[in-house]
Amino acid sequence: MADRRVVITGLGVVCSAGVGAEPFWQAMLEGRQCVKGIDLFDAARFPCRIGGQLDDFSARSFVPKDYRKAVKVMARDIEIAVAAADLAFRDAHLETRGTNTDGKSDVTPARLGCNIGAGLICSDLDELGAAVNTAVTDGKFDLRKWGNSGMNNLTPLWLLKYLPNMLSCHVTIIHGAEGPSNTITCGDASGQLTVGEARRLILRGAADVVITGGAESKLNPMGLLRQNMLGRLATAGNEAPASACRPFDASACGTVIGEGGGLVILEELEHAKARGAKIYAEVVGFGASCDPAGIDVLTPTVGGLDLAVTKALADAEIKPDAIDLIVAHGTAVAAEDRLEVQAWRKAMGPAADKAMATALTGATGSLFAGAGAVELALAALAVKTGQVPPTVNFTQAAADCRLNLASKSRTGDIRHAVTGAFGIGGQSGAVVLKRYES
Amino acid sequence: MTLRRVVITGMGTVNPLGHDVESTWSAMMNVGSGISKTELFDAGTFPTTFSAQVKNFDLASQVASADRHRHAGRHCRFALGAAVQAWKQSGLDNFAGLDRRNLGIYLGSGEGSIDFENFTSLLVDCWRDGKLDTTLWAQLADQRMDLYREIEQESNMVVAHLAAEFNARGPAYNVLTACAASTQAIGEAAMQIRYGDVDVVLTGGAHSMIHPYGVTGFNRLTALSVRNDAIPTASRPFDMTRDGFVLGEGASILVMEEYELARKRGAKILAEIIGYGASADAFRITDQDPEGAGAAASMRNALADAKLTIHDIDYISAHGTGTKQNDQVETRGVKAVFGDHARNVPVSSVKSMVGHLIAAAGATELITCILAIRDQVLPPTANMNSADPDCDLDYVPNAPRKARVRTCMSNSFGFGGQNNTLIITGG
Repeated sequence: MADRRVVITGLGVVCSAGVGAEPFWQAMLEGRQCVKGIDLFDAARFPCRIGGQLDDFSARSFVPKDYRKAVKVMARDIEIAVAAADLAFRDAHLETRGTNTDGKSDVTPARLGCNIGAGLICSDLDELGAAVNTAVTDGKFDLRKWGNSGMNNLTPLWLLKYLPNMLSCHVTIIHGAEGPSNTITCGDASGQLTVGEARRLILRGAADVVITGGAESKLNPMGLLRQNMLGRLATAGNEAPASACRPFDASACGTVIGEGGGLVILEELEHAKARGAKIYAEVVGFGASCDPAGIDVLTPTVGGLDLAVTKALADAEIKPDAIDLIVAHGTAVAAEDRLEVQAWRKAMGPAADKAMATALTGATGSLFAGAGAVELALAALAVKTGQVPPTVNFTQAAADCRLNLASKSRTGDIRHAVTGAFGIGGQSGAVVLKRYES
Repeated sequence: MTLRRVVITGMGTVNPLGHDVESTWSAMMNVGSGISKTELFDAGTFPTTFSAQVKNFDLASQVASADRHRHAGRHCRFALGAAVQAWKQSGLDNFAGLDRRNLGIYLGSGEGSIDFENFTSLLVDCWRDGKLDTTLWAQLADQRMDLYREIEQESNMVVAHLAAEFNARGPAYNVLTACAASTQAIGEAAMQIRYGDVDVVLTGGAHSMIHPYGVTGFNRLTALSVRNDAIPTASRPFDMTRDGFVLGEGASILVMEEYELARKRGAKILAEIIGYGASADAFRITDQDPEGAGAAASMRNALADAKLTIHDIDYISAHGTGTKQNDQVETRGVKAVFGDHARNVPVSSVKSMVGHLIAAAGATELITCILAIRDQVLPPTANMNSADPDCDLDYVPNAPRKARVRTCMSNSFGFGGQNNTLIITGG
């Protein structure tokens, strides 16, 4: 394996803070609060009825004309990924058959990979419910009626709306990505893990460009119910949604569901240079771990984040004090935040308190499988511009939280940044970025 | 960087033909069928009334700490059984020298089975004026639904259970690339070991979609066989009369490790992973590339990775689902790669006997490749009685065959055009 290097050349972000890297970054630097009352459906009777929702969003404007029909068989998670892919390729000025109607492509299709993290996609309950309610006898669901006729009320492609690999599949089809393609489903850790695997594809020579990241929407009655059952949602804040989600804050009272995700373009350095691409940052380190305690979903864990970070730093061949920015996961679930702070401290020692730190969740709510790539995009923009967005709704640090967080945006000389995340079930991943110097 | 060799030292399976490796293999050698009338729910009025079910599996008979996994979903139970079998065979249960930070997990597990009765009754009880009344849902669902039944549906929960069972602290992943998932998981796990990320990985897959919505989804796609009058022989890969795949369930797990570690601790090496390839069709979500170009690319990538030529492959374990399209496309793909030599290479599909285990299919099929090398015998494609001119390879029809088998290729192709190929050789 010759010494291949991997750089980020394009960013596609889709979340309540912005659709596209530019608007997202402006919102981040402003510290915009994007959580509000949920109006995608009537959430009035849910204990927590606020979220970071995407308004007026559809993938229709992000796909070639001849693909618009297919948007009908995309769950919202898929739509987010498809939009993020279009944004990322365009941001990278990397033409594919999806962005260039002449069919010209700046990358050999067989050398273009696609790794996307996804969650458990919820069926559209109105769609499924309409079919189910044709198979009711005496007020009860009638399975025999369902088999006979009820199921025929579902569109033949119904199943394909909800397969997690369909995020990747639609993106590969739209953009002609014929290289390796993977779908990682590890909750909030999916983004970092997927990016790590994508980088490996380039390092080992299986691809020259990989579009990678994750997307998810749990902003539906099922997702809201499940997170509520887990006891992770904000217990206060329905009256003041914008400030409800407070990562690492002394008054943190739970997380808020957001929706969205991001896809980034990872590219082999020489490939990027040959086409004169703009380079946001180099991906120099990756680590992953898990915590056996993740089996108990009611016990907070951070999935062995300390080990993931330690490995990522070792992979990057840097010491903890070389890190200038930590993009933390900061779910705003107080017990998780506390463990996360400990993990950063365990992996980095006092350097964990010195590096600037920030977290996304206060602004957008939890993005689950979509979080990691948005965190990575944030880190890449910080490395590129030397600007660090504030941690929205962070006003007073929680006890024992000594991360160097701020409520205002800052500037600094950011040579290395690290981002790490963990999810329910106990997996974690961490990625180290380095400023690209030619 | 020196690349490390990757070997398999343990394997386990729970599937419709057996609850362990040997009984499964013996059933295949006897050309058995794991397919019968669906008993997990009343499928009597469904277009497809049968499936390949795991029957009478008792977790406690295989896993000493079964109580710790009391919340585990159906497919997770299969995975735990399979993993404990593999772990024991590998000898790692009696080896103190493994730092658990070097024990990773890389699975291709499906989502857990839905809490069908509760979920569906809620869709009925909360239905008002042609839509879901979400205010009613917020109350009733919270009362009726069970936290664990819900959260265990997340596909990474199988990883969580295995991590707890074996105290794993290394890199942990779940991939869910439909029917290719466990082949992809095994291939990526091998790369993790080859490039030094981790020394030992529990890898493979688990899945059960034999519930009303799973069968509904595949029936609506018209992907399933509807041969309700000939249930045991309904799975007919490569045969002219094939009419769809037979939905199965189960789990197969392998212990994969770095060669030097296995050698030093005196482990019996069952096989070596020497090649892995992946590709995407980038064609359509509903159809495979009709010329099999994506499948061919995956096979070629695996051959290149293994530094082998087509003449080195003694046997191909086909994806061979029994759908009209897959078997024709796969045959074209094999011919595109193997050319005139294609007819000399035996190709078979054990799905003809065990059914299609979806995310768990690839791992189960890789185990049969390992056994084919061990016993120098090829598992057959059952139920081949009428030739399809579009499927004109040597499919090892109807009976196992003695053969010289050193190197095997195993293919898996997923809905949406995900293609993965593994190449193994004997230990």
